[in-house]
Amino acid sequence: MTQNTSNLKNAIEVRNLDFYYGKFKGLKGINLNIAENKVTAFIGPSGCGKSTLLRTFNRMYDLYPGQRAEGEINLYGENILDKARDLNLLRSKVGMIFQKPTPFPMSIYDNIAFGVKLYENLNKADMDERVEWALNKAALWNEVKEKLNQSGLSLSGGQQQRLCIARGVAVKPSVLLLDEPTSALDPISTGKVEELVHELKNDYTVAIVTHNMQQAARVSDFTAFMYLGELIEFNETKQIFLKPDRKETEDYITGRFG
Amino acid sequence: MDASENGKTKRGEELIMDIGIYNRRKRANKVGLTLSLLAMALGMIVLLWILFILFTKGFAALNGNFFTESTPAAGSAGGGLANAIVGSLMMVVSCTLISTPIGVLAGIFMAEYGDRSKIAGITRFVTDIMLSAPSIVIGLFVYAIYVAQVKHFSGWAGTVALSLLAVPVILKTTENMLRLVPGTLREAAYALGTPKWKVSLSVILRAAKSGVMTGILLAVARVSGETAPLLFTALNNQFFSTNMNKPMSNLPVVIYQFALSPYENWVNLAWGGALLITLTVLGLNILARVFFREKS
Repeated sequence: MTQNTSNLKNAIEVRNLDFYYGKFKGLKGINLNIAENKVTAFIGPSGCGKSTLLRTFNRMYDLYPGQRAEGEINLYGENILDKARDLNLLRSKVGMIFQKPTPFPMSIYDNIAFGVKLYENLNKADMDERVEWALNKAALWNEVKEKLNQSGLSLSGGQQQRLCIARGVAVKPSVLLLDEPTSALDPISTGKVEELVHELKNDYTVAIVTHNMQQAARVSDFTAFMYLGELIEFNETKQIFLKPDRKETEDYITGRFG
Repeated sequence: MDASENGKTKRGEELIMDIGIYNRRKRANKVGLTLSLLAMALGMIVLLWILFILFTKGFAALNGNFFTESTPAAGSAGGGLANAIVGSLMMVVSCTLISTPIGVLAGIFMAEYGDRSKIAGITRFVTDIMLSAPSIVIGLFVYAIYVAQVKHFSGWAGTVALSLLAVPVILKTTENMLRLVPGTLREAAYALGTPKWKVSLSVILRAAKSGVMTGILLAVARVSGETAPLLFTALNNQFFSTNMNKPMSNLPVVIYQFALSPYENWVNLAWGGALLITLTVLGLNILARVFFREKS
């Protein structure tokens, strides 16, 4: 099941990953590779573990006592589940965008600069350049260039989400995790974010969780179908949607269950 | 009854509901509404009455000397509350400067760090007790551990007593306001690789800023009217003094002493002081509302 990406360089390799919410086993023996500079989509019915899996890649679950992962997740060869791993450094390499837009309560400019300042010491001119670059990457620059000092909260929902993407991009991570990034957005904003995902894969490795199967089909190179904490099928997106190997996958993508 | 029967004939079908029950509910609703309106009116009347008396008697006492002269000696005419106003201001401001960082930082610990730990649980319990502790007990406590040791009343002792009342209020509101910040914002900050202290201070506290400010203002409003804790600590000072190591005049204690005195000018000054405190508290409350509304 992991051979599909073997001819590509892998950014993340997941090996025998089990995940526990207290006693409940949320992920069961997951094995898969996430190829560098590709978009990998995770689909499956609610509660299947796709968000859980995504949240292991930056160890977001560590914020909550009682949640733990067993197995290996290698990010460019280094196991991120290692106890000694510095989580802040890890998260500066593996960025995450969430379902709901989460602009910080500060200006648009500072929203972007906030993360950059954590790990880089830039002068004013370089920082200005970086902010513009990140906002351009998120296709937001033209809409906000006149009002960088306004609060990030003053933007519309779709703009806020692109601001969050810009914020994630600005720190130049190697992997971007998108957890249902468009489920709170209208179709136009969704379209913009999807275009963005296409653009982003030139520079980043992208993993996206989505409930929208057309979205997975549109934006991703590889698709993983998950069900009840297990990885049912993982393949090139074309294969998954046109000729899935497993009956469960076919039932799900044709809307017969889930 | 008529309306429902019309409804029956119009639709030409049998109504299954029992009109008796419905009408009884309607009557009960009316009775309940009337009772609650009466209760509200009673509360409003008493409140307006207090304000009316306060304003008529208080404004009569406000004159040119009120803010410039100090409290008059027994039997002498005129005088003002300059010493008490300055003393109250100094103690309340010092109290705010001391209790704000303690309360806010402790609140951050409780909401962001301690959370379910034992020490946070104990602190939460003690805070709740402190919130409802009679202020006279706080005054006695500071008298015993401070005033009785240094053997004189002082502005600092008053400040300490007021701070003991203010810290729990600030702590509690800070904790509650930080808890209202959505977890997604916290996660988003961590997702950038932000260290925990920076998440707490630069993102979470900032998001809860208006709520925390409200808590601080309400704490200030609360302590600025406290009398009991000052009786045993700052006591009073007939003369103008800005020495925090000496007994210090303050509005609540002056009101307490003057209102019960036989001298007319003292009683008038007490009313003026009462009005001043009320207006200050009113102003602080309005400010707190404005701050809180700004966010939402």
